[in-house]
Amino acid sequence: MTKTFHSRPPNSKLKSDCIVSYTPDDNPLRIEIQSKVKSLFADSIKDLAKNALSELRVETGNVHVDDFGALPFVMMAHIEAVVKCAHPDIKAEVLPAFKVHAQYPSERSRLRRSRLYLPGNQPKLFINAGLHQPDGVILDLEDSVPPNQKNLGRMIVRNALRVLDFFGSERMVRINQGELGLQDLEVILPHNVHTILIPKAETKEQLQAVDQTIDRVLKENKLKRDVFLIPILESALGVLNAKEIAFGSKRNVGLSIGLEDYTADIGTQRSPEQKESLFARSMVVNAARAAGLNPLNSVFSDVANEIGLRQYILESLELGFDGIGCIHPRQIKPIHQSFAPSSGEIEKAKQIIIAAETAEAKGLGVIAIGSKMIDPPVVKRAEKTIRRAIAGNVLHQNWRLID
Amino acid sequence: MSSSYKFAKNAAGRHVPTEVNGIAQVPFKGVHGFKPTGNKAAPPIPSFTDYPMDGNKMVGTIKEALEMAGLKDGMTISSHHHFRNGDLVMNQVFDAAAELNTRDLRWFPSAAFECHKPLIRHLESGVIHHIEGSLNGSLGRYASEGKMNGLAVLRSHGGRWQAVQDGEVHIDIAIIAAPTADAFGNATGDRGPSACGLLGFGLVDSQYADKVIVITDNLVPFPCIPWQIQGQNVDYVVVLDKVGEPEKIISGTTELTRSPDRLFTAELTAKFVKEAGIMKNGFSFQAGAGGTSLAFAIYLKKMMIEENIKARFIRGGSTKYLVEMLEEGLTDYILDGQTFDLEGVRSMRENAGHVNTSPFTSYNWHGKGNFASQLDAVVLGATEVDVNFNANVVTHSDGQMLHGIGGWQNCLFSKCTILTIPAFRGRIPVIVDEVTTLVGPGELIDVIVTERGISINPLREDLIQATKGSQLPIRDIRDLKAEIDDLLGGVPAKPQLLDEPIAVVKWVDGTLIDTIFKLKPL
Repeated sequence: MTKTFHSRPPNSKLKSDCIVSYTPDDNPLRIEIQSKVKSLFADSIKDLAKNALSELRVETGNVHVDDFGALPFVMMAHIEAVVKCAHPDIKAEVLPAFKVHAQYPSERSRLRRSRLYLPGNQPKLFINAGLHQPDGVILDLEDSVPPNQKNLGRMIVRNALRVLDFFGSERMVRINQGELGLQDLEVILPHNVHTILIPKAETKEQLQAVDQTIDRVLKENKLKRDVFLIPILESALGVLNAKEIAFGSKRNVGLSIGLEDYTADIGTQRSPEQKESLFARSMVVNAARAAGLNPLNSVFSDVANEIGLRQYILESLELGFDGIGCIHPRQIKPIHQSFAPSSGEIEKAKQIIIAAETAEAKGLGVIAIGSKMIDPPVVKRAEKTIRRAIAGNVLHQNWRLID
Repeated sequence: MSSSYKFAKNAAGRHVPTEVNGIAQVPFKGVHGFKPTGNKAAPPIPSFTDYPMDGNKMVGTIKEALEMAGLKDGMTISSHHHFRNGDLVMNQVFDAAAELNTRDLRWFPSAAFECHKPLIRHLESGVIHHIEGSLNGSLGRYASEGKMNGLAVLRSHGGRWQAVQDGEVHIDIAIIAAPTADAFGNATGDRGPSACGLLGFGLVDSQYADKVIVITDNLVPFPCIPWQIQGQNVDYVVVLDKVGEPEKIISGTTELTRSPDRLFTAELTAKFVKEAGIMKNGFSFQAGAGGTSLAFAIYLKKMMIEENIKARFIRGGSTKYLVEMLEEGLTDYILDGQTFDLEGVRSMRENAGHVNTSPFTSYNWHGKGNFASQLDAVVLGATEVDVNFNANVVTHSDGQMLHGIGGWQNCLFSKCTILTIPAFRGRIPVIVDEVTTLVGPGELIDVIVTERGISINPLREDLIQATKGSQLPIRDIRDLKAEIDDLLGGVPAKPQLLDEPIAVVKWVDGTLIDTIFKLKPL
């Protein structure tokens, strides 16, 4: 009996996406195409399917593409996913060309005020995500991808990493928990992922497993570049182990918290006042600061509530967080505005930096404004304030010249 | 069928039929290339002898009114679209015409909507021969599939006035659905249970038709004040239980977008208007229907408040967003051509600064000037723009006919015409090498704004200079196109068209600017 495999469950409401079905048999390969954009892209879709199947060495069976305007990188992922569903032993990958605009580097120390979650199986949401200039985009393979689409999600995310321009945002991927997450790394790591988010981090051993996999995959692919980690604490155990997790890998750049899962784990739920998670959030801030990482707060999930969002941002700032997660582009601007320093703070920071530069130029060991001595950590904080101000668009990059 | 059409090449290089629905046509001769001669058309001279001295022109039913108006086979019946998708009158008018065994009528609406889907029956039975007017929804699809007799003729709002005024379209019977009227035929749209705002699209019909029938559900004692339609032009008045559903005025094109990309484009557009120095005290603008245009007005309003700027006038399509600007003192006037929501209707009734206009004042090309060309900026949409800034609003890149022109062509004459467009829709690119259908010549289109950048027409050196040194993402239109083509997987093939025309597109002066051909079935 022949069995038909589908790249995703049939759904007529898809946009900018497709479903590929594959029925293995012994007859020579047939490719059928149904497409909303057939009048414009019929030939191009046919060529894409032929090439992808030939790279996977599929020579028999029936392939049906039901297209709703999917971009080529998405369709390639669907074809690869459905074929591998039928033949899990196939190792070949169907990779779109690695665009130059997808190869920019990142760095350990950078602003992480906003990080935008994008469901890994909904590519139409990633295409323009970078335009909204979140500090980071998170292509999510974990919670937003249903279990039967994990393989497809991985391939879509991998292809997106090679093709899309995220316009300077930090390119993050949230992998799955446990073994599945380590398999995710094999697929996505060679494609200029800057930062991996590790869900439900509870022990340093988990981080070590991730670290070792990264070491191996980088070595196998002859890559010598940094990959950063942001563990997410989502359980009582994770929060209590915050310190060992924060110090658990030299790749760590941030420490985050997932409040939905955490509150469930401690037997309650998220309330507007958030009293229930004060301890956990403070733990994250303290552990992150102790290890020199960015403490990053959970997402605010009521997209339409901008007043609530601003309140949430303010509280995050007061507790010491450097950023929060977002689930919609419209949350980005309020976050960046709020995480930008006030004009008073900026003026003070400018004075301190100018004083420090003057002191250095004169070879003085002591920095002072008037009769007040300035300690080095204060200068460091002032530098950070200026960076935040420039990034938040409240201070010109060449502020020294403009003043 | 194709053999019955002869084609001429117009000044834009497009092939257009020499004759449409039995009437000889002038091919497009360039934006300013055609000037009419002769006099305007006029209705027959009436005599008061034929009208009741007491001014009571009431007739029992639509059917009786049509009979008294002398309805005959082959006549032209016109209507306005101020109820948009909430019109309850025109289906009844053609049902009555069918009962009278009339055939081969031409319906000449300013626009038709999904609510007119039942008229397909009358098209198929031959009661209606064809429709000339902006077609939306099912009727649009019907015409796109080439099922309608004759050719659809797509005109702008100003072009519709021009066609009637110039005698190109003779209206035998005008139907004017009116939310409030008196027995003499004075009528207004701004009040009554079915209030829709104004009746400007029906004004030309009332002035040039042989016979005019006002149909209302809110009869008031003489005089109906204000009288947007003058009773002196009206022959008969019919009262129905309900003429329209005002809540259906709001259509998909008049709702604010929630798409983050479109909001981003709207904000970028407002920034452009500010950075280019257009937003200054006493300026004017028009933002059309369509979610992005509406959002533009909201962003611009914020910037106007920040900079303490006040506009002299805003041209509507009015919405609650424009009404807020008027009521908050950010503009002296709204010069309104159609109300897009019920706040617009209320404001027109209550605010002296909210003024009703018509396509004559706003858009007519065969007139002594109009309002549209005096606008400092206008923000419109488009389905396609090509690298020479030519634009299309009536078909998609896949050749499917979509909808009418509205006031779009007329607005192109503003001092700064800005098209806000998504760089691509799904996998369909919006910036192309050559538009599928030419509706607006590139020389009139100054700026396009997409989520991936702004392109300024090289003809507008002044705008290029004005925005130099700004933080705006200004890019060559060809670079923008290359980026999108790369993302979408290469330049798409052209849709395969048959040489069978299904519609023609008029320029504002009544000449033919392009033809829409039937798609080859795949």
